Amino acid sequence: MPAEPTIPKYKIATRSSNRTSRSFPVHIDWVTILLYFLLVGLGWMNIYAAVYSPDNVVNILSFDINSGKQLVWISAAVVLIIILLVVDYKVYEHLAYPIYGTIILLLLVTLVVAKPIAGSRSWLDLGGGIRLQPAELAKFATALALSKYLSSVSLRQQKLMDQVKLAAITLLPPAIIILQNETGSALVFASFILAFFREGMSPLILIIGGTAAAIFILTLLVPKLYLIIGIILLMGAAVWLDYRLMRRIKTMIAMLGVVIAMIFSVDYFVNSILQPHQQNRIKALINPEADPLGYGWNVTQSKIAIGSGGLIGKGFLEGTQTKFDFVPEQSTDFIFCTIGEEHGWVGSTILIGLFLFLLIRIVSIAERQKSVFGRTYGYCVASIIFFHFVINVGMTIGLAPVVGIPLPFFSYGGSSLWSFTILLFILIAIDANRSQDLSR
Amino acid sequence: MNYLENRKYIIQGIFLIVGIVFALRLFHIQVIDSSYKQAAETNAIKSIIQYPFRGLIYDRNGQLMVQNTPVYDLMVIPKEVKQLDTLHLSQVLQLPPLEIRERLKKARTFSYVQPSAFYQKLSTEEFAQIQGSLIDFPGFYINARTARGYPHQSLSHALGYIAEISPRQLEDSSYAGYRPGDYIGKSGIELEYEKFLMGKRGVKYKMVNVRGIEKGPFKGGAFDTLSVAGQNLISTIDLDLQAYGEYLMNGAKGSIVAIEPATGEVLAYISAPFYDPNLFTGKDYGKNYMKLLTDPDKTMFNRPIMASSNPPGSIFKMAQALAALQEGIITPGTGYPCNQRLVKCSHAHTPPSTLAIAIEESCNPYFYQVMRSMVNQGKSKNIFTDTSIGLKEWRKHITSFGFGTKLGIDLPNEKQGIIASPEMYDKIYGKNRWKFSTIYSLSIGQGELGVTPLQMANFMAIIANRGYYVAPHIIRSVGENGKPLPEYLKKNYTTVDAKHFAPVVDGMAAVITSGTGRNSSLAHIGIQVCGKTGTAENPQGKDHAVFVAFAPKDNPKIAIAVYVENAGFGAQSAAPIAGLMMEKYLTDSISAKVQWKEKWVLSRQYLNIK
Ligand SMILES: [Zn+2]
Repeated sequence: MPAEPTIPKYKIATRSSNRTSRSFPVHIDWVTILLYFLLVGLGWMNIYAAVYSPDNVVNILSFDINSGKQLVWISAAVVLIIILLVVDYKVYEHLAYPIYGTIILLLLVTLVVAKPIAGSRSWLDLGGGIRLQPAELAKFATALALSKYLSSVSLRQQKLMDQVKLAAITLLPPAIIILQNETGSALVFASFILAFFREGMSPLILIIGGTAAAIFILTLLVPKLYLIIGIILLMGAAVWLDYRLMRRIKTMIAMLGVVIAMIFSVDYFVNSILQPHQQNRIKALINPEADPLGYGWNVTQSKIAIGSGGLIGKGFLEGTQTKFDFVPEQSTDFIFCTIGEEHGWVGSTILIGLFLFLLIRIVSIAERQKSVFGRTYGYCVASIIFFHFVINVGMTIGLAPVVGIPLPFFSYGGSSLWSFTILLFILIAIDANRSQDLSR
Repeated sequence: MNYLENRKYIIQGIFLIVGIVFALRLFHIQVIDSSYKQAAETNAIKSIIQYPFRGLIYDRNGQLMVQNTPVYDLMVIPKEVKQLDTLHLSQVLQLPPLEIRERLKKARTFSYVQPSAFYQKLSTEEFAQIQGSLIDFPGFYINARTARGYPHQSLSHALGYIAEISPRQLEDSSYAGYRPGDYIGKSGIELEYEKFLMGKRGVKYKMVNVRGIEKGPFKGGAFDTLSVAGQNLISTIDLDLQAYGEYLMNGAKGSIVAIEPATGEVLAYISAPFYDPNLFTGKDYGKNYMKLLTDPDKTMFNRPIMASSNPPGSIFKMAQALAALQEGIITPGTGYPCNQRLVKCSHAHTPPSTLAIAIEESCNPYFYQVMRSMVNQGKSKNIFTDTSIGLKEWRKHITSFGFGTKLGIDLPNEKQGIIASPEMYDKIYGKNRWKFSTIYSLSIGQGELGVTPLQMANFMAIIANRGYYVAPHIIRSVGENGKPLPEYLKKNYTTVDAKHFAPVVDGMAAVITSGTGRNSSLAHIGIQVCGKTGTAENPQGKDHAVFVAFAPKDNPKIAIAVYVENAGFGAQSAAPIAGLMMEKYLTDSISAKVQWKEKWVLSRQYLNIK
């Protein structure tokens, strides 16, 4: 943690009077801003590489191609950043619920009025060719609302009513988003579990959640019988290593029963309840080679593009797989393929490193907030970016199902870029003024 | 709050673990596993094979026998096919719509993005018609390549044919470098000389996008190679003689093989019935092939080298004589009585007082006694052992004439035939259970003997050369001014010395002048022919006629074997055919005096003589 300038308490009292007329905040976390612009800049170059066509070379700035348009979105994002930093940081906390309410309303309106685009009713046409995806905005709005609510109650006190309200705030937006047929964006809200964990949620939920996810994936990958035998052997080994576990034999047998029941219900869920296109996404994760031209196409081609990059890659604009359109949606969801192919393992690992650096930095920022609101919001930001990062990169390398969510700051698209910019810079604004908050 | 603050380490730990897992996974697919690089190449780099011009084949006089003609294949890239008007296409190609769908499905199974042949070998009219409407069928295009063409309809069996490489061959590592759809020699010269004829393919590497559209050369064409045309072959065949032989054999079954004795060059190679090699170049190739393969006359049976189970008959007597002379059993002046109690003789005649007379009269009892003396030389007191020793010695001489072995002609599927051996009889009768009286039919060329027409012709070349042969071959030059393969430059000496050939040659000359071979005489053009008729017993029906000869007697230019199935005595059919062939080769024409022979041969009346 960088050294904090110590500000005498009396100064806080004098400076917290008139917020709107105050000047640009001085304690901005420049490291995060640097990371932000690094990611956005690299993303912009890779968008150009992804749409680059050797027999029709278009200037990177041309508005005919995605990279040119992205530059417009980036410029607009800069304006947005300035506004976010100039506006009184207190607004975010004070207006958290109204913002949340507005977005919920917007989501509902969208659901009603939106024309379906590729089966999804999530785009709001603002006229003049400008479209908005309110689902993107729901992320920061929900993060604000959750942080506000958690700053007023304590999760550790385990009041049922509080937890129900918290669950309602968290689950309302994804419920509407699922109705809009944007399952991918809805899944993002599951990431708030990390923020809840930090604020006192029982670690059991995290452990159970993690185990359940592991069992879910293993059920798809390993024949049921082997999996059950494996788990029994694992439990046997645990008892053998520590015989005291014998005293908890009943608990263990119960756990085994739950796990077996879960294995069978996952099987039933995937094969009988999921819709065909959802089944295909899961099948593509398990065995994309089974139908490389059908549901396995995206994953197969994406792995080929990344895998062919080698250690140091083929060089900027030299990737044949991305350049010749083998990878679908290269400038949006599959942008990571361009890095993998043209910059190899070194480039991919550097990008992963940048994201890790950013995430850990955000956690540090969150931890140094004196208000629960600021801290919770920081963790929400980290959780959302982390979730996008895991799923987006994971799906391109065959470790996660193909869920259409963008790589933060990197993928092409105004809605996504602005939504992440707002998400991050609200935190930066709060952080820049953290010393003006009283510790609660 | 402190204990909750520690949870930040757990959360940061989760971030780190995921990052490390990703980096490791990426390391695996990018650095360790090379299969993705290959997949990327097959994806985006299209190797375009530059097919070389397949070598041409000429006859010994420079007449073109095998050429390349352009053909057009309708290709399809399934990924690019959009809203296919099946009905329209089915009208253009005259294929039922079901077949169209079936073919498209097959192409899709082969590859979704790579082109495959949808309809091969369009006729010129179909090509013209389709070219006009091709614009209506996205994903389809015409690919021009060359197919074999035969300006003459001769030499089908020896030339062989080319066809698409089979799936089994593709799996075979010795065919590495061939790709599905490639054409390859399947039989005859096309198969035997494949590696010379095919030339060297060139490859151009082009980058393609996901729709298979070319995006320029890969790495500026640094890996591209040029194709090298296949080598032309010059055959030993005299195309005029070949065509004449086919004219004479048209409608009959059998073989003619003519060899230039000094060089082993095959001058004519006829397997009747024959077929027009052009039948195997069109799109009905498969249909035609099956028809010929299953016809009752066994058209696809390559008789000169594959008909190996027929006994040679009387022509084998020269071999007996030569072996006995070499063993010192007989001299040119040896006489034997025509003792019909030993074996029936073909006709009544005065007892042969010399070997030459015995050959001229084709006296069965004479050669019975010659072989008995040769086999039972008293080397062992046990008559069985003695016969065994004698037969082994006899076999050594016989096989040195090329019987019972593959001669090594440059055509695939040559059969070696059968020559009786002590081991064979031990197996049939049991050890010490057989003696000369058991196996005497060998002496007159019957029994456990099987020779191919090629071996018969080669045997004539041996007698013409007085003791050696050059392995018969059908290609005299690989490349326009090249050489035959090295194995065809070597003389193979028999176990019989040159000096022993004179009485046999004299006997064979007498066969023509005053014996059964009169019908092949070339006395009218002043050429002395040496020959021998024969009859091969056929348990299934009428006997096969055999005639072997060479001419002229001194400094021979042609050795020939004629084999006519179910034609009875060799004198009636095989001898006049051989005479006509030799005259045609030696003088390039048929004199008016013997044109009645041609008529007789073509009348096929000998097939009806009982
Ligand atoms: Zn006789």
